[in-house]
Order: sequence, then C-alpha cells, then structure tokens
Amino acid sequence: MPELEGIYTIWLRETKRYVRYRSRILTSVVTPLLWLLIFGTGLGSAIRFGGISGGYQAFIYPGIIGQTILFTTIFSGLSVIMDRQYGFLKEIMVAPISRPSIVLGKSLGIGTAALIQGVILLLLSFVVGVQMTVIAFLVSIVLIIIISLGFAGLGLLIASLTDSMEGFNLIMSFIVLPIFLLSGALFPVTGLPTWLQFAVYLDPLTYGVDAMRSVILHQSALPLELSILVISAFALLMIFVSAYMFTKREQGLM
Amino acid sequence: MGNVIETKDITKRYDDFIAVDSINLEVPRNTVYGVLGPNGAGKTTLISMLCTILRPTSGTAIVNGYDIVKQAKEVRKSIGIVFQSRALDDILTGREHLEMHASLYGVPKDVREERIEEILELISLGKKVDEYIKTYSGGMKRRLEIGRGLIHHPKVLFLDEPTLGLDPQTRENIWEYIYNMTQTQDITVLLTTHYMEEADQLCDEVAIINKGEIITSDSPSNLKRELKADTITLKVNDPEKFVEKAKELKFARDIFFTGGEVKIMVERGENLVPEVVEFASSHGIHIQSIEVEHPNLEDVFIKYTGSKIVEGGR
Repeated sequence: MPELEGIYTIWLRETKRYVRYRSRILTSVVTPLLWLLIFGTGLGSAIRFGGISGGYQAFIYPGIIGQTILFTTIFSGLSVIMDRQYGFLKEIMVAPISRPSIVLGKSLGIGTAALIQGVILLLLSFVVGVQMTVIAFLVSIVLIIIISLGFAGLGLLIASLTDSMEGFNLIMSFIVLPIFLLSGALFPVTGLPTWLQFAVYLDPLTYGVDAMRSVILHQSALPLELSILVISAFALLMIFVSAYMFTKREQGLM
Repeated sequence: MGNVIETKDITKRYDDFIAVDSINLEVPRNTVYGVLGPNGAGKTTLISMLCTILRPTSGTAIVNGYDIVKQAKEVRKSIGIVFQSRALDDILTGREHLEMHASLYGVPKDVREERIEEILELISLGKKVDEYIKTYSGGMKRRLEIGRGLIHHPKVLFLDEPTLGLDPQTRENIWEYIYNMTQTQDITVLLTTHYMEEADQLCDEVAIINKGEIITSDSPSNLKRELKADTITLKVNDPEKFVEKAKELKFARDIFFTGGEVKIMVERGENLVPEVVEFASSHGIHIQSIEVEHPNLEDVFIKYTGSKIVEGGR
C-alpha cells in the first residue's frame, strides 16, 4: 500500500499545482477557442467543406481538443526538468517509493490537468455548433484520459533525457508541432500524398483525434476499435519506457 | 552504541574524474559528524551515495544496518535529508510539504497530525506554515526543510551545507536549532560544510576531505591540539628584555616580537599563562595584557592540505 499512497501523493501535488496556477487553466482554454473561432472561421469561409453540419469549424473541434491535450501533457511532463532545476525532484526521488510509482503518479496528475481542460472544451461544443450527446461526452472523457496518459508519458520520457529547458525549442519544433500537424487535427487524413499519409499514420495523435471525431462527429477514417487499441498501446508503452528511464537514470544531489 | 554509518572503500568515478576515492568513514550513533572540505572535494557526491541517490562505482556503505546498494529502500526509510540547494515547491504551503513528506515516507495516518504539530513546534514557523513557500525567507525555508527531514523520525539526518548562503544571524539560529535537535531527538547527524566555524561549533567528530579522499578525522579539539600551536600574545613594558629572557623558557617553541606584541608559540597555552606571568614578574617585567589563542580548524586544514579552504560560497 505505501506505493499506492505515494502515487496518490504525487498525483495530489501535481493537481494542486495545476489548479493553483490559474493563468494556466485560462490560457489552456483560450488558446483552443482562438483556433476554433479565428482559424476555424477563417479557413472555413475560404474552403468548401461538405459532409459535416457545422462545416470546417466542427471538423477541427475534436482535433483542437487533441491539440490541447498534447500541449498540456507534454509541457507538464517537461515540468520535471524545472523540478530538477529548482530542486524539488530530489525530495521525491529520495523518498522510499519506487521510480515507476513516481512516473505513474506524475502521469495521472498530468492526465487530470488535461482532463479538466478537455471537459471544459467538451462543454463548449455549442460554440462550434456541435451537438454533444451524453454518450459522446462520456466516451470522449475516456478517450481524453487514454490520450493524455500516453503523451504525459512521452513528456516525462523527454524530461528524463534532458537536463535543462534549453532544448525546449528543439522539442517544440521536432516533436510537439509535427505531432500536432500530422495528426489530422486540421485536415482529413484520407486522400493525401503517400509520404504524408505514411507520416500521418505514424503519429499516435492521429488515432486519438480520429477516435474523438468518430465519437463526437460520427465520422472517421479508421475503425474506432483500432484507434482505441493504438492509443492504449501507446499510453502503456510510454509509461513503461519513461518509468524504465527514470529508474535507470542517476540523479545527483547537486 | 556502535556505528550508524560505515563506508567500505566507497568510490565514485566519472569517466576520468574520481569524485570520491575509496573513503572509509565510521560515524558513531547519536553524534554530530562533520564532513569538512572545500567546494568540489566530493562531499555532496559522498552524501548522494549514502542516501542512495547515486550508485557507488565500487565499494559500499551500511547506513542504519542496511546496505545502500542492496537495501536502498530500507536506507531511505531510515534517513532524512536536507539538500544543499532548496527542494521546496513555491506553490505549496509549508504544511502541505510536511503532509506530503509524511505520506511519501509512510508515516501512519493516525499519527501524522501529531507529528506535524510536533515538528511545527520545533521549527516555529507560526502562521506562515499555511502560506505559500514563495513568501518565506531563506531561514524559514531552511528550517522547514530540516523539520521536514525529521517527520518520519529518521535515525540519520543528512545535512548538506545546511547554512550555505544564509546571513550570519540566520546561520547562528540554524546552528542553535540543530544543536537543540540533537539534544532532544534520538538521531545521528551527518553534515557537510566548508565553514570551519560550523564544524567547530556543531560537530563531535570531523573528517577532513579533499579531492575525494579523507585526510584525517577526529574531534575538532583533538585536531586542533595536534597542531601543538597555541599562541600566547603579550604586551609588556620592556619587550626586548622579555624576548631575550624568554629564550630560557623550555616550553616556548618559538618567540616573535611583532607590532609591539610578543608572541610565544606553545602547546596547551592555557596551562602556561601563570608560568609566563610569574616568569615576567621574576625579571621585573610588567605585563600589560596577555591572551591565549587556539588554532582553528582552518589552521588544521592548511596543515593537512597546504592550502586555505575557500571561503564564501554564496
């Protein structure tokens, strides 16, 4: 049981931090709204986008939820680097709980933060004129949890390999943005050039966005079961790998 | 009694740099043990290994009866650590830090409140305890960290440079606090420092470490006695005559006359003051003032390493 309590303690700290930095919650809701309202309306007016009531805005709505989860989770995972720099990580690392428990507690905490934002965005579905049913709402929540655990794991994995925030821009350009742009959050993933198609299906977020689009808009490129399978496998893999990296990596007291 | 910490040829090597070079340390139970050395001597690396956060390249250590390599978890349960750099979260309150620590270290729920109250009394944070850490002063943060390290009733408390970067007054408060703590708790303290005064004031025993190796270890007073160099400083009405006559004194190892003062280098100076006074008056020399100076640990350090310990470190 001490491990469970340790996981809970770390989750609690992560969640408290999130709730106390109110500006973070605000920006994490405003940014997706900007995308939906400005980018969605702007591009939606320029192109003809048939098939979905609500048009392009509605189409990117699940994608923007996916984007919000992606950014929140990866950057929260990277906060471990700050914890390391400002010293708090040591307090957790010397506690008598295992490294996998630390990673799990962190991931759950980050997942909670992403979930809070996801729920707010789901409740704002009327803004883009999407009808949200209770079932769609609940299934979306489950999907958000799975997706956010995966990317929390990825964020923690990157953090376990990095010592300072200096690599932040590199992480942004080479990891976060490609994952977002390739995910089909902003365009349909069918009928693309082969090279792009290939890259799109390598991106785990593609499956997350497609699953949410399937649940919220009843429109998808892939079977829902397959997408759920992929994002679940990704979440497990990321958490295992980052737990392994945290166990392996040495951390001095300096 | 016995030793609560014993290291066996503990070594940490980074590529071609040896941070800690087969150190053998024995720390008796319920003492305050100081590891003294300049910055970069390997103190923090040594502590990091003892609290299982770094793995030794070779050798090992026993802490509270547990092997730091094979029984890391048991070791972690028996120790408390106060790191050299801050390990607090700005956006949590002091009380939350204590609660979090208690649950991470598996302090049973029913005694948690009691323990926290007990610690709060010790560290006297007052109402501040329910405010965010970002409003705390440096001394408060340090006290909170030391208190936090005690919540799970550790057998050994590691303090890595506990007063680094604190102002002199706060430093003295922390010393007093550490001293009181060792008087009231069943605890062994291992502290690292590069402040000679700190080691001198607090430690029952001191190991001097330089370039990853232990140079010598003993109680601060024995280390200083070993130098055999107390200084008796006198002001007399006729210094030339006194210096001339004083050459007869058998215990005087050296005599200087500088800046209007006579300095006699001796062993155990405090026992010799009466003799010196008597000697002077028997030659009709009037003593205006007399003072005995003991060597400090700084002198000990210079003797063993041939260089001054680097002060400052802010």
